[in-house]
Parts: sequence; structure tokens; C-alpha cells
Amino acid sequence: MKPSGFAYHRPGTVADAVALLGEHGPEAKVLAGGQSLVPLLNMRLAAPAHLVDVNRIDELDVVRVASVDAGQVVRVGAAARHSRVEHDPLVHAALPLLRQALVLVAHPTIRHRGTTVGSLAHADPAGEMPAVLALLGGSVTVRSQHGQREIRAADFVTGPMTTSVRADELVTEASFPVPPGRTGSAWVEVARRAGDYAVCGVGVLIAVDDDDRIRQARAALVSMGPVPVVVDLTDAVGAAPFDQADWAAAARLVTARVEPDDDIHATAAYRRQLAGVLTARAGRGAVDHAATRAEARARR
Amino acid sequence: MTAMTPTGPAESLHEVTLTVNGVPRSASVPARRLLSDFLRHDLGLTGTHVGCEHGVCGACTVLVDGETIRSCLQFAVMHDGAEVTTVEGCARGDGELSAVQRAFGECHGLQCGFCTPGFVTTVTAYLDQHPDPSEAEAREAITGNLCRCTGYQNIVASVLRAAQLRREEREEAPG
Ligand SMILES: Cc1cc2nc3c(=O)[nH]c(=O)nc-3n(C[C@H](O)[C@H](O)[C@H](O)COP(=O)(O)OP(=O)(O)OC[C@H]3O[C@@H](n4cnc5c(N)ncnc54)[C@H](O)[C@@H]3O)c2cc1C
Ligand code: FES
Ligand code: FES
Repeated sequence: MKPSGFAYHRPGTVADAVALLGEHGPEAKVLAGGQSLVPLLNMRLAAPAHLVDVNRIDELDVVRVASVDAGQVVRVGAAARHSRVEHDPLVHAALPLLRQALVLVAHPTIRHRGTTVGSLAHADPAGEMPAVLALLGGSVTVRSQHGQREIRAADFVTGPMTTSVRADELVTEASFPVPPGRTGSAWVEVARRAGDYAVCGVGVLIAVDDDDRIRQARAALVSMGPVPVVVDLTDAVGAAPFDQADWAAAARLVTARVEPDDDIHATAAYRRQLAGVLTARAGRGAVDHAATRAEARARR
Repeated sequence: MTAMTPTGPAESLHEVTLTVNGVPRSASVPARRLLSDFLRHDLGLTGTHVGCEHGVCGACTVLVDGETIRSCLQFAVMHDGAEVTTVEGCARGDGELSAVQRAFGECHGLQCGFCTPGFVTTVTAYLDQHPDPSEAEAREAITGNLCRCTGYQNIVASVLRAAQLRREEREEAPG
């Protein structure tokens, strides 16, 4: 189907963009990569009167690793494509979790156009990026005519495809903090076909002490409810050396915690089982990753 | 050329200019004109096919500034000034079929042909970046494109054959 008519705006600055959003409020939608919005428009599930295209706002086309008081943070501007974040070597060196998750976001063709910030703003319960932001305890920066505010991941996604961003606000940037010290991470999924939205997806992030013990372990899950689910696995895996961690216990904890729904792709029971199996798999992957990173560091 | 969607009096038109397959082309269209429809209806380039119009089938894949994108998920007006390559631009400069196109013919990588333009653009761009894929990589490269006829085996074979033909062309090329 074809979308219904709308007035098209292409501001060149953030100030102009938020002025437009302020003027048109709920009648307007931000148009970023269009990879989620245009299907909705084509199917006439949405028919906003105004679209504010942010693709040519140069100040939003940034991806960088910045130093802050607490360490490092990867900042991704609202016009930066998934593929740019995925392939940035500095981002990958600082925070491999981003590429680990991004390669599972659709296909390269979609990632050429879709933006990481747009993925966050869209807040699909099957989307990887909101779960990555939640796993890392990151935040987004939003701007309106009235000023700027920071929204922490925990307060950001409020329901399926709903966030605490107001209609007159533009998300300008996402901040993914780099976890300090020795870490390892992995992201694993089961999808009907490579590149499809996951039936279940799990990311695990571990922090390891100098004596190879797991100091902290956390999982984030997608497609397990209306919002990303984050589970602290630290106690479950135990303070064992990282190659002896009890991922079976972590899997049991996650299985008991999640409350997935049935849908056409999978039953709730199958999804819950996947959540456990994939948590253990991602946990072992994170351990391997921590070990490889340690070896790579030793070689340097 | 007449536009496919009727334009109401309130809808304002945008002059959009793209360089398509090396040739500057312009048309006045409403903002809601999809890039796929702009190519097909406004410019008459019907090689780009439209299957699902929601980003899933890949038939509408074209290159914008050298990267594959779904033309059904973009408005033409967003791309004013861009360089676009469609399947019509994938043939060799001398008018002969490209290695990718010949490989699809040789290996029976198409039956009805509806999906083929999207495969040709996708595989052309993929081989530019990955000239020597394994079979698993060839399969992975086409996961974003649907084909209802072939069962994919012959499309995977076509990707591998195209890579081989391109290697041969490079070896034969003078210099
Ligand atoms: C076939 C297909 C498969 C896909 N598979 C996956 C997948 O497996 N995993 C996954 O995570 N995603 C998937 N996606 C979606 C893809 O990741 C999109 O890139 C993403 O969901 C939206 O990003 P976008 O830049 O295209 O945003 P758009 O589609 O332009 O916008 C999406 C929504 O966010 C709002 N928005 C965008 N940017 C801002 C901003 N800066 N401030 C405020 N609001 C904003 C828009 O108004 C709109 O409501 C898939 C898409 C397709 C077509
Ligand atoms: S028509 Fe564009 S992806 Fe199917
Ligand atoms: S050849 Fe018929 S859809 Fe692919």
C-alpha cells in the first residue's frame, strides 16, 4: 500500500528540528532511517501530518568514543546508521557488545539505512538496541525547545513501542557506557531466518577480576515481554573462576524470571525454555570472549 | 509521465533530482512518493520490482551512493541529489550482461524472475566488498532477499559462479 500524504520537512540543524516538533507536536513524527516508520506508513498503521527528516542534520551524524569521569562512553548521534556503528573500529575495540548485537539486527541492507537511535526510539520489544542500552545502564539525550534532558535506560522504554520521549522532543544521542575493567560479552539469538526479529535473544556481560573470578554477570533479553528484561546473574553463577561458572544455575534463574507471551512464531513455554538455553550459551560465549580479550592484551 | 497515486490539491510537489545509473533525472512528486515508485512510475525504470512494500522481500533493492537499500522504505524526496544504481545500471558499460547477470542465467538462479533485480543489485554490491565468498558466506549474503520459486540452491550457486566470472574478468583485463 501507499502512505497517505504528509508535509515534509528537512531541517539542517537540531534547533530547527525541535522548533518543528514544538510547532506540530503529536501531529509530527521524526523520520530517521525509515526502516520501521515507513512500513507503518505504507500499511497506513500511522498517518502523521508532518514528517521531520533528520537525515541531513550533520551535527547528529556522529559516532565516537568519549572519555568521561567514570571512564569511557560510546556516543551515537541520531543520524548515525547501524552499519556505521557496527564497523567503527574504535567503537568495536572499546565496546565489542555493540557489534555482537548489531550483526543480528536485520540484514546489512536494513543496517545501511536504519539508525541506532531510531531503533531505540522505536522501542520494539524484539529490538536489540534497547536491550543493549539497558544491559549497559546507558542513557539517551533528548532535546526540545524548552531544553535538554537525559533519560536513563531504566526510565526510557515504558512499554511495547513506547518510550518516555515526549512528542515535542528529539532524541539527539545515545550513550553506551563502556564497562570498566576486564569484561567479556556475547549475544545469541534464535530467529526464524537469519536477520529476522528474534524469537528470543540474550546478551550476557561479565566483569572479571584479576584472579579470573566473575565479579559481576548480567543478562538482557529481547522478545521476552513488553520491555527489555535485565537479570543480574552474579549470585547464580557464583564466585568461581570464570571457566567454572555455573551457567546452568543462571539459566534456571532466567527461566523462572521471564514472562513471555504466545504468538504466531512461538509458544510462551518454548520462549521460556529458549531464554534459559540461550542465557547459558551467551554466558559461555562471554567467558570465551573475556579469555580471548585477555590473550590479545597479553600478546600486545 | 502520469503519477500512480492521485495527487490531491493540498499536496505540494517537490522537485527531486537523482543521478540514476549515471544520468541526471528529475521529476516533481509529492513527498509521499516512495523511491521505488519514483523509479518505476516517474522515471519509467521498471526493472526495480516491488513485492511486499514493507522491507521484507528485497525485490526493490537498489544502490544509493554505493550501498544497498530498500527503495520501498524511502521517500524519493529524502534522496534529492543522490547517486542511484538500479538493476538497469548493473549491466556492463558495453551493454553486455555483467558477470552477476550471466551467472544467474547459467546457473538457473531465476525462474519467474520477479525477485531477480533485488538479487542482482544485492549480489553485485556484496561481491564488490567480498570478492571470494565461501558457500556459507554466499548463502548469508542473500538472507535478506526472498525468492518464491528457486529454493535458493541455484541462487547460491549463481553467487559463487559470479565471483568466479569476476575473477576471470579481472585476470583477463589488460594491465
Ligand atoms: C526487514 C526488517 C527487519 C528488521 N529486523 C530487525 C531486527 O532484527 N532487530 C531490530 O532491532 N530491528 C530490526 N529492524 C528495524 C531496524 O533496526 C530499524 O533501523 C529501526 O527499528 C528504526 O530505525 P530507523 O532509523 O529506521 O527509524 P525510523 O523508522 O525512521 O523511525 C522509527 C520510529 O522512531 C522514531 N524516531 C526515530 N529517530 C528518532 C529520534 N532521533 N528522536 C525521536 N524519535 C525518533 C520515529 O518517529 C519512528 O516512530 C528491521 C527492519 C526491517 C525493515
Ligand atoms: S518491496 Fe521493498 S522489500 Fe519488498
Ligand atoms: S524466481 Fe520467482 S521469485 Fe525468485
